[in-house]
Amino acid sequence: MANNTTHTIEYKTLSKILLVLLFLTFLTISVTSFHLGPFTVTVALLIAGLKSFLVLSNFMHLKYESLLLRILVAMVFVLFVVIVLITFIDYAYR
Amino acid sequence: MSEKAIHVEEHRDDEASKLGMWLFIFTELLLFGGLFLVYSIFRAQYPTAFHQSSLELSVTIGAINTVILLFSSMTIAMALTAIQKNDQKRALIFIGITLFCAAAFLVNKYFEWGHKIEHGLYPGSALMPLLDRGHLLYFSLYFFMTGLHALHIIIGMTLLIVCLFKVKSKNINDHDYVLLENGALYWHLVDLIWIFLFPLMYLIS
Repeated sequence: MANNTTHTIEYKTLSKILLVLLFLTFLTISVTSFHLGPFTVTVALLIAGLKSFLVLSNFMHLKYESLLLRILVAMVFVLFVVIVLITFIDYAYR
Repeated sequence: MSEKAIHVEEHRDDEASKLGMWLFIFTELLLFGGLFLVYSIFRAQYPTAFHQSSLELSVTIGAINTVILLFSSMTIAMALTAIQKNDQKRALIFIGITLFCAAAFLVNKYFEWGHKIEHGLYPGSALMPLLDRGHLLYFSLYFFMTGLHALHIIIGMTLLIVCLFKVKSKNINDHDYVLLENGALYWHLVDLIWIFLFPLMYLIS
């Protein structure tokens, strides 16, 4: 049946991704103790963003999906960032 | 037409099923996105109260739960790999491990919440209105967001249990596995939300 278009990801690749994710988790926790001031949130969010990118592209197979789907997923995150920005601008200049 | 001809013409569109699941995941992302927006606005307004309140949470339990969810996310992805390779036995084991991790996560959550509730800290308790606004907002958001997340864990578990039985009865096989694929997508979503919840709730400096 030609219906199965999903790419098969090897066990080894999946385990490697998990190791990277665990390392990034460790990094997030240790960064908090460094007192980077206002940058702590930024660093934590950047690491979380990187982690979710790894989950989305590998575990959720987005790397091998159609361009349409990848653009759709990206647009959801763009939409969310726009909403956050507009809301914060509203709060800042009220 | 013979029965065989009908079978050949059976219509299935895995691509569309997956797209449908993704559209549903988008609504879930924006649901939690809205909550994260509320969280960030109030955190910007009450930074010290949010920091003090977050010290009440155990980073160790949060970190353990993060590891559990990341690991289970890998095992469910492995279950899909196994079914694609027509390895029914391994697929069952991987789904089983994922379900075990999900249960372990909920047990941790039970103890974490139980500890708070013992100290009279839960929505609607007598203590909550006595807190100042920043602390009250933090704990309300904490209970609502982790509670909604835990509800998603339970829904994901239900979906994966269905998948487990369908793999067992060979209704999910190496030719037709879109249900397991969608179940796995849902489970990854649960993991994805926790990736943001953990640093935002537990690690505030």
